[in-house]
Amino acid sequence: MAIANQSAAEAITEYVTVTIGDHMFGLPIFRVQDVFVPERLTRVPLAPPEVAGILSLRGRIVTAIDMRMRLDLGARAAGAPVMAIGIELKGESYGLLVDAVGEVIALPDSECEAKPANLDPRLSRVAAGIYRLEGQLMVVLDVDRVLDLRNVAVAE
Amino acid sequence: MDDLLKEFLIETNESLDVVDVELVRFEQDPNNAEILRNVFRLVHTIKGTCGFLGLPRLEKLAHAAETLMSRFRDGTPVAGEAVTLVLSTIDRIKEILGELETLQREPEGADTDLIKPLERMAQQAGAKTNVPPAAALERLLRPVEVSLDELERIFRETPAPSPVAPSVKVEKLEAPAAVQDDEAKVAGQSIRVSVDTLEMLMTMVSELVLTRNQLLDIVRRHDDSEFKVPLQRLSNVTAELQDGVMRTRMQPIGSAWQKLPRIVRDLSAELGKDIELELHGADSELDRQVLERIKDPLAHMVRNSADHGLESRAERIAAGKPEKGIIRLSAYHEGGQIVIGMADDGRGLDIKRIKATALANGLATEAELEKMSDAQVQKFIFAPGFTTAQSVTSVSGRGVGLDVVRNNIDQIGGNIDVHSVQGKGLSFTIKIPLTLAIIAALIVEAGGERLAIPQLSVVELVRVHGKSAHRIERIKDAAVLRLRDKLLPLVQLSSLLKLDGDQTIPDRGFIVVTHAGAQTFGVVVDSVFHTEEIVVKPMASKLRGIAMFSGNTILGDGSVIMILDPNGVSQAIGGSVAGAVAAAQSDTRSGDDTAVEGDVSLLIFRAGSPQPKAVPLSLVTRLEEIDCATIEFSNGSHMMQYRGGLMPLVCVNDAVKIKREGAQPLLVFSDGSRSMGLVVDEIVDIVEDKLDIEIGSHHAGVLGSAVVRGQATEIIDVGHFLPLAYADWFRGRDVRATHQERTLLLVDDSAFFRNMLSPVLKAAGYGVTAVSSGREALAILQKGRRFDALVTDIEMPDMDGFALAEAVRSEQRFAEIPIIGLSSSSTPESIERGRQVGLHDYVAKFDRQSLIAALKEQTADVIQAA
Repeated sequence: MAIANQSAAEAITEYVTVTIGDHMFGLPIFRVQDVFVPERLTRVPLAPPEVAGILSLRGRIVTAIDMRMRLDLGARAAGAPVMAIGIELKGESYGLLVDAVGEVIALPDSECEAKPANLDPRLSRVAAGIYRLEGQLMVVLDVDRVLDLRNVAVAE
Repeated sequence: MDDLLKEFLIETNESLDVVDVELVRFEQDPNNAEILRNVFRLVHTIKGTCGFLGLPRLEKLAHAAETLMSRFRDGTPVAGEAVTLVLSTIDRIKEILGELETLQREPEGADTDLIKPLERMAQQAGAKTNVPPAAALERLLRPVEVSLDELERIFRETPAPSPVAPSVKVEKLEAPAAVQDDEAKVAGQSIRVSVDTLEMLMTMVSELVLTRNQLLDIVRRHDDSEFKVPLQRLSNVTAELQDGVMRTRMQPIGSAWQKLPRIVRDLSAELGKDIELELHGADSELDRQVLERIKDPLAHMVRNSADHGLESRAERIAAGKPEKGIIRLSAYHEGGQIVIGMADDGRGLDIKRIKATALANGLATEAELEKMSDAQVQKFIFAPGFTTAQSVTSVSGRGVGLDVVRNNIDQIGGNIDVHSVQGKGLSFTIKIPLTLAIIAALIVEAGGERLAIPQLSVVELVRVHGKSAHRIERIKDAAVLRLRDKLLPLVQLSSLLKLDGDQTIPDRGFIVVTHAGAQTFGVVVDSVFHTEEIVVKPMASKLRGIAMFSGNTILGDGSVIMILDPNGVSQAIGGSVAGAVAAAQSDTRSGDDTAVEGDVSLLIFRAGSPQPKAVPLSLVTRLEEIDCATIEFSNGSHMMQYRGGLMPLVCVNDAVKIKREGAQPLLVFSDGSRSMGLVVDEIVDIVEDKLDIEIGSHHAGVLGSAVVRGQATEIIDVGHFLPLAYADWFRGRDVRATHQERTLLLVDDSAFFRNMLSPVLKAAGYGVTAVSSGREALAILQKGRRFDALVTDIEMPDMDGFALAEAVRSEQRFAEIPIIGLSSSSTPESIERGRQVGLHDYVAKFDRQSLIAALKEQTADVIQAA
């Protein structure tokens, strides 16, 4: 890859790429704890719709956030594969449910572009920037804003 | 932070807490040289360390306090104000330490406001004492100097006899060494471990427990596994480890009490009351997490007691009580709980004032209060913002208080009870679980989800099916469970939690009778599994807003389930179901009663003869089978302890003998706080039939006979037995009257009296229509039904008897109806008022003889007039 030749002086961020709906997203790898297949998901009655449930991962309780619901990308078809990205926030564990996890790519920070003004507001709210890759766009997710469920209902 | 400084802060704070307690003890027992030495040593150590660490401000303060204390040691009498001064100095030191912790350096400032009086007092004290002139210095000692007395003391106490006259330098080294020696002994037995480490250990053990459960689950499915034996061992070790780690988190409750002696001392000075604080069972241990949560509530309650519980000195003397008031705290273990008692021997709760305040705050209506037992009224003190203190003092009476105390206790799954005897004192009993980390929980399923309900809140499990004695009933839209004497609001868990599945409450199923706060309710679930020790994990912050859950846990099979919070459920019910039930409850009552011609539920039993006897079921509060061993004979009558009081037992007739062994069936009748047990031979059945008393009776205690289910049955007159149990329950004996059928309308908001009076009046020959309110009575009259007389209770909510009489009298067509007022109080004013509004007669509520006499007279009048 071209970026491999970049000088070491330039800041590079590695991203875990995931697919949610038809979109590709990137999560900074330093925020990603692990990637796992969510099993034995327990629904939480009365919880916000984005909370898919809770599950136990090696003895820790993980709150699973359905990214399709969070980004308003439509419900997942029944039986479709699900993967989870493990995130730590303030001592608590979260799992972001995505359709698929792709490769890890390293991208120079300088190539990250500001999100376009006409980006879907739901995406815009949680996007940190955009990379133009070959053939497709990758939206960089701001993990903190993704997990800030309070800003869901704003400007509907 | 500098390690040395950190250590200093921890140690000094601990020492200061001890000083607090010891000083208060010392003030009470000024001749105890042991205590003084202890205090002196601690302050001295603080001073020394401050000097060493270069904290001049603290050092000066400690020095001044030490100087004053050294005077006490020299024999100066201890004055209360001196102790107060030293205590304020300790407070100041604590303040400075607090700032030191945040600022990392000693805050600026001089403490001349304290040091001056300390020095002055020390000087005065010094002047009074006969200190040998040689030893006395002309000036006060400077911080690092040691008085000659002290040198001599150290010299005497130094264990190693030194042949050489010791120099000051040696003394200084040896004195702390001796002190350290003492401390080393204690230190050898215990070490300081940070709370974080313990918390982490607890988490790890919890994980271990879960993993163990998981393994056990797997092995259970494989019959002959070679893992079985080692796993069993692992299981045992885990259990022991869990136990051990739990114990490291345990702290004696005394550590929560540590501040109390000081609080009480200060209060007693401030309020001018003599107060003694007794502490019992200070070494009962409980989880530090729980301890933290009850510390403040306890201090608050002690403050309350000191401020408005205990009377002033003069009041106490006038009441013939010892001058010194006592506040007693006690703690002991019982089951998995710790029971904490707090009692004072003060004035107790003033029921009248609570009622007045409850009324003023709109917590209850006058009529509701009228019906409440004292115990129920006392519970109002836990209502938010409730205070009966006439004046707001700096100590308490601001109306923030017991509701907060109760909330705190509710939150940790405990409960609080109050017991008060006016003039004698007040006591609180608090029961709380020993630990919150691992609890027993009932695993249930609702709407396809498993949930845990904390075992401590579960009262009982009831299985309801078509034939069971407990039925699910519907009152309007609300479902209720009739369980023994109570109607319990029901809530279906799956609909409460908005889960899938049938949202209507089925006629059969499992009901978890749950208790939370002051409410008992039934939670309808699809199935009940088992009880399991679960490790409570806090809810994720994103989900903490859901009041229905208190946390979650991982089960043995690795799945996560939610832990139901009974308090949350109770609150959710509070607004909806309970209200509907309360409304419906009075609805059905009145509904039943208006239909006098309709069927009545009768309890059939046998007593003394094979012929069945019956009593209207609505009069019976409870059916009990008690162990004969619990029956006591005292003061010429049989009685037993029942629900915290003594309940007299009365036999239906002489032929009934109280059994000597086995189970004795009883019918319990209650009115307010009083209960009576009617002894019968056998409880036969409950039937629905017309209650038509056909033949009157000459026997005391029998209203007459009726045909029930095709069999002649004696109808028992409960009113006859009540005065046998309590002479003052009613007055008068059974009255028979044979009249031609006349009709009367009975108005009483109390179901008990409606049910009580209806059969009595029926037996006296009247056709009775009973309603529960003035408005209903008016409605019936306006519909055109004719009655020969109107008998109405005076004290009723909404429209009272006077208002009803006025309304009736205002219509010409009712002008002739005689109205008889029933009242529990008959003051001349109320009788006069009754006359004005047109009551023909005014009868004391329980005086049935007069009522019937009055009725006879009034209805005879009607006949004559007609």
